Amino acid sequence: MRPATATPKKIAFRPNWWARAGWLLLAVYVVYAAGRLGFVPERFASGLEHGSRFLARMFPPNFSRWELIQSGILESLQIAVIATALGIALALPIGFLAARNLMPAFVTWPTRALIALCRSFHPIIVAILFVKAIGFGALAGVMALIVASIGFIAKLFAEAIEEISLKQVEAVRATGAGFFAVLIMGVVPQVLPRFIGFSTYQLDSNLRNSTMVGIVGGGGIGATLFTAYQRFDFDVVLAILIVIVALIMVAEIFSGWARKVFQ
Amino acid sequence: MNLAVTAPAGAQAATDDPRALVLRGLVKAYRPGQPVLRGIDLTIPGTGLTAIIGPSGTGKSTLIRCINRLVQPTAGQILFRGEDLATLSGTGLRRARRRIGMVFQEYNLVERLSVMENLLCGRLGYVPVWRAWLRKFPQGDIDRAFDLLEAVGLAGFAERRADALSGGQRQRVGIARALMQEPEIVLADEPTSSLDPKSSVEIMEILSRLAAERGVPVVVNIHNVALARRFATRVVGMSGGHVVYDGPPEGLTERDLNGIYGGENWQE
Repeated sequence: MRPATATPKKIAFRPNWWARAGWLLLAVYVVYAAGRLGFVPERFASGLEHGSRFLARMFPPNFSRWELIQSGILESLQIAVIATALGIALALPIGFLAARNLMPAFVTWPTRALIALCRSFHPIIVAILFVKAIGFGALAGVMALIVASIGFIAKLFAEAIEEISLKQVEAVRATGAGFFAVLIMGVVPQVLPRFIGFSTYQLDSNLRNSTMVGIVGGGGIGATLFTAYQRFDFDVVLAILIVIVALIMVAEIFSGWARKVFQ
Repeated sequence: MNLAVTAPAGAQAATDDPRALVLRGLVKAYRPGQPVLRGIDLTIPGTGLTAIIGPSGTGKSTLIRCINRLVQPTAGQILFRGEDLATLSGTGLRRARRRIGMVFQEYNLVERLSVMENLLCGRLGYVPVWRAWLRKFPQGDIDRAFDLLEAVGLAGFAERRADALSGGQRQRVGIARALMQEPEIVLADEPTSSLDPKSSVEIMEILSRLAAERGVPVVVNIHNVALARRFATRVVGMSGGHVVYDGPPEGLTERDLNGIYGGENWQE
């Protein structure tokens, strides 16, 4: 095919052998790990049959214990709202302290370490800690979600502050404004819409998580859901799941509205 | 304007003016050993518009920012109304800054605030923080803000958001914000460089007129020599971190300009 004397072919895209090796390695590992865990088609097929029986037992959803569901869901809602409100209140100053363009390094580093600590565990693990520490009930759930909210909002808030235009801040500073006046008139207006975005997202997220902390004893609908699972009352389970989905959707509508107001 | 014309004599005459701004041996080096300002001795009279001209990178912005200490001078004195601004810090510095209005090249308005809020930013050095937070500014400040808006030709724009304005309109807000401070001097750092020629003239007119009405001296960094000649009562030429011309605009010759900007071909 190729004449022996031909000049070497010009290559537009040099093959990246390291990247190819990396992808190949990943594929091999996925297949290996799936085999180790019994993640094989036959196992999946037998599971499907089991699943269909489970789904059949869920229908129709059973709302007969609606009082239980109602009190559970209300408690979850309260946990989520309190945790979000307190979480935001605490995340605001922490976020400011973590912003490297406003604060000296000896302030930002410890603050960032605190935020990293808040972020390093899943809310469920934090909830277990609080249940062990302060006992069963909604208080433990609230505390766990406050920790999660601080981790999320403070980190993103600090990053938003680090991206602001310093020209606007400089102009406010040049009027002789003190530090807090510069924050209020120069920094906050630039980050407010993003902050509202983070907060409403965190409210969403706290609502979802508040339905879960109950499983480990943190109060809310989670406990009811878990009990229903264990009693094989799958029709009640479905009823609870439907209510949770409805709650999340309402929250979604609310947060969309909030973002628009603060645009 | 009957200021003495030559630099040494001018400086001598203006030192007697208690409202003058006097720079003595001002040095700024962002990196040690590479000064941008190499010992500026300059007296800016307490009236009129002083234009600082010179090529880019010669330290005009640095000079102006040293005065209100947005930039920290390396050495030298900045004497204004019986105080050395170079030594101030904390509350003293904030009190000095609120008497110094500043107009920026890129307007530096807080984009997401309304025009009125931007104007009231000029009062932040005077009002307590909680008033700013709740937007409960004293009625006197609000009245004056409306008057100033009218004076700069933006009556009816109070509730517009700053990011909805054109460049010329933004700079008018910038001037109004500086004057809201009831300043004893106004610094303007290239206030027309981001504007079209017509807006540039309008901005310079507004700046010089309003400052003159209030008896506030103005220091303007400006690239445009024609505008400097037209509006300035005094011109300072800078080159290589030194003052190389200091006198009235009429006295500015082609030779001076060549000395300031270097070379000759650009003037054709």
